[in-house]
Amino acid sequence: MTIEQILDIPPYSLGREDKQALLDARLGELTRHHAAHCDAYARMCRAAGFDPEGSYPYQAIPFLPVRLFKEFELRSVAADEVVKTMTSSGTTGQAVSKIYLDRTTSANQTKALTKIVSSFLGTSRVPMLILDSSEVVKNRAMFSARGAGILGFSMFGTKRMYALDGEMKLDLEGIQQFLEQHAGETIFLFGFTFMVWQHFYKELVRTGYRPDLSRGVLIHGGGWKKLVSEQVSPEEFRARLHQVCGIEHVHDYYGMVEQTGSIYMECEAGHLHAPVFSDVLIRRPGDFTLASVGERGIIQVVSVLPESYPGHSLLTEDEGILLGEDDCPCGRKGKYFKIIGRLKNAEIRGCSDTYAAKFQ
Amino acid sequence: MQPNSNNITTLYPAGDVAWDTLRSVAPHEPFSAEAVAFLGALSARLMRDPMTRTLPDVATFAFFCRKASLERLRQRFVSPAELRLGRGVVFHVAPSNVPVNFAYSLVAGILAGNVNVVRVPSKPFPQVDAIVRALTDVMAEPQYADTFGNRMVLVRYDRTSTATEWLSALCDVRVIWGGDQTIATIRQNPIPARAFDVTFADRYSFCAIDAAAYLAQADAAAVAEAFYNDTYLFDQNACSAPHLVVWRGDEQTVLQAKERFWSALHDYTERKYQLAEVLAVDKLTAFYSQAVGMDIRREPTPDNLIWRVETDTLPDNIDRYRCKAGYFTEYRIASLDEVAHIVNRKYQTLAYYGFDASELAAFIRTVRPQGIDRVVPIGKTTDFDLVWDGYDLIKTLSRNVTIL
Repeated sequence: MTIEQILDIPPYSLGREDKQALLDARLGELTRHHAAHCDAYARMCRAAGFDPEGSYPYQAIPFLPVRLFKEFELRSVAADEVVKTMTSSGTTGQAVSKIYLDRTTSANQTKALTKIVSSFLGTSRVPMLILDSSEVVKNRAMFSARGAGILGFSMFGTKRMYALDGEMKLDLEGIQQFLEQHAGETIFLFGFTFMVWQHFYKELVRTGYRPDLSRGVLIHGGGWKKLVSEQVSPEEFRARLHQVCGIEHVHDYYGMVEQTGSIYMECEAGHLHAPVFSDVLIRRPGDFTLASVGERGIIQVVSVLPESYPGHSLLTEDEGILLGEDDCPCGRKGKYFKIIGRLKNAEIRGCSDTYAAKFQ
Repeated sequence: MQPNSNNITTLYPAGDVAWDTLRSVAPHEPFSAEAVAFLGALSARLMRDPMTRTLPDVATFAFFCRKASLERLRQRFVSPAELRLGRGVVFHVAPSNVPVNFAYSLVAGILAGNVNVVRVPSKPFPQVDAIVRALTDVMAEPQYADTFGNRMVLVRYDRTSTATEWLSALCDVRVIWGGDQTIATIRQNPIPARAFDVTFADRYSFCAIDAAAYLAQADAAAVAEAFYNDTYLFDQNACSAPHLVVWRGDEQTVLQAKERFWSALHDYTERKYQLAEVLAVDKLTAFYSQAVGMDIRREPTPDNLIWRVETDTLPDNIDRYRCKAGYFTEYRIASLDEVAHIVNRKYQTLAYYGFDASELAAFIRTVRPQGIDRVVPIGKTTDFDLVWDGYDLIKTLSRNVTIL
């Protein structure tokens, strides 16, 4: 099956066996492609004792820690075929991941994202309220995963409005006008989890403004790390938002710059779902074997999309739990899971430098 | 003159520190009777403390300071023909993640005859508490308070403090433990014209095992425990922890020895070591990074506790390919000379099993490497000695007075 054909499959329609066959074929093809076109990747396979030309289930394909994309320029296309380089949002001074996209991979990311999001938002484009500032996209120096996320999701909006100004203040009048213009329509809201909470929810609480977003669909992502200190659970996040604006449909998503497009959306039951274009595998930290349903472990993500860089099978630094497969109450096929968060940093003994980081 | 006292905590002495007179306190001769008596009392006090039994590194420290042990060290380090005195005030910056190291640094300073200001790790450790408590107790006795009470200060401070700047300006020798970056940071603070730094920088260490000797003589479990103490005990992050294991012998013998060695180590590690989950990802990352740089293959192990990386070629920059918490590159040799080309200034400890001391000395004399300061049996790499990183600490921290 070609990637074009795969991208035509409804995203949550394949049961376990069909998906296994699909991923075995496509990910095997990608593994051979990258081994042939990226010398570093070929060397990694060889060191791991893995033969890309052999016959194997996709679960056996090496998984590259995402950090390798910070250390090396990993590309499977010529430099002049790269049309876009995505970088992770590292804090100042840290190395950032560099993900090289050619025309095909970039286009396929867009297609996959469209298929996934449409299944939640409907196929026609709708007015979009972006819960962020336009500065994030305009200011190239700030351009990061956040900016890329906003741009990526913007294609689902007909009319777009940024809800925050340059000082991260909520533009209440603008929002009111926007909602009046589009009364009776579905409104697509998009933002990063922390921004939604900090600059939208809290501002509504503070100002007492109560927009009617009962026809709204909020998609948010970027992780809960910054909200952990506020002790907001996903359930509470949804409930409190509903209280202040009547919104019914709130969907978190899990995704990363290393595998843009094939994201994992949260369903009505509160579960993250693997679409046909990607999959999650939960690995035991002790030996990297596959964990059982209900057992926590390190999240591996695979995606059918990456052709221009060897990122079709990656080990994240996130912990998660597989909740089930093909039997979510929401009716979607495929695996569903939840995220626990980042792996904890280790307290290392020994005399090597730890002082400098703390004392400079 | 007082340091920025808002951000500095004095662990010893309990009252005010006589900073103004610190530089006027007279030095001692190395291994002075007062020093030996004081350290002996400290050792005895620690050995009586039931807490010490639960802290093996404190127990080892107490053992190091006992009178008999100091007496042996005196024989080794004091030459009756020489007249030496401490240099004055030694400022010690201890590493933040080895709890007892500060105490050894302090003891070296005391035995060399100095007044010592020690910056202990800012992170709390029960080991630090136990030693400070013992020291305070001993000092409560007048005979030690009178002779030693004004000869040491233990402080703790964080990066907001200007204490490093202030203490640097005050000292005659500055001893910096803790790695290249720490050293660079501390060195931004000037020291007096006649003062100097003794620095313990980032180092790389490796290990050599004679396969035939290992198979013939070794108690595999005992060697495993010894090697564990060299490595996992400090998360393979001590300067002295081996990252490379070279095996001497023919292919078949080495194969057998490896199997026995790693399986015994795995048994021991499984019982003793808790691998932090993120370090499993670190090992996998290190492995693929290494794979990009050199030809390697992973030798299967039962789990992530031990990662073994085999190579048939030993590149000059092998010291770049390392990780923490149990990640080892292995290489087979017929003769020790085959590793000569990798040894650079960064190399600190060569741990060995099944080699003769004379053969090792011959290796160092013939090859004359720019690195390797210590050649010690497996299990002894973390043992503190008054010669460290090639410095004789007693000589370094004292001055030689010549009388003709």
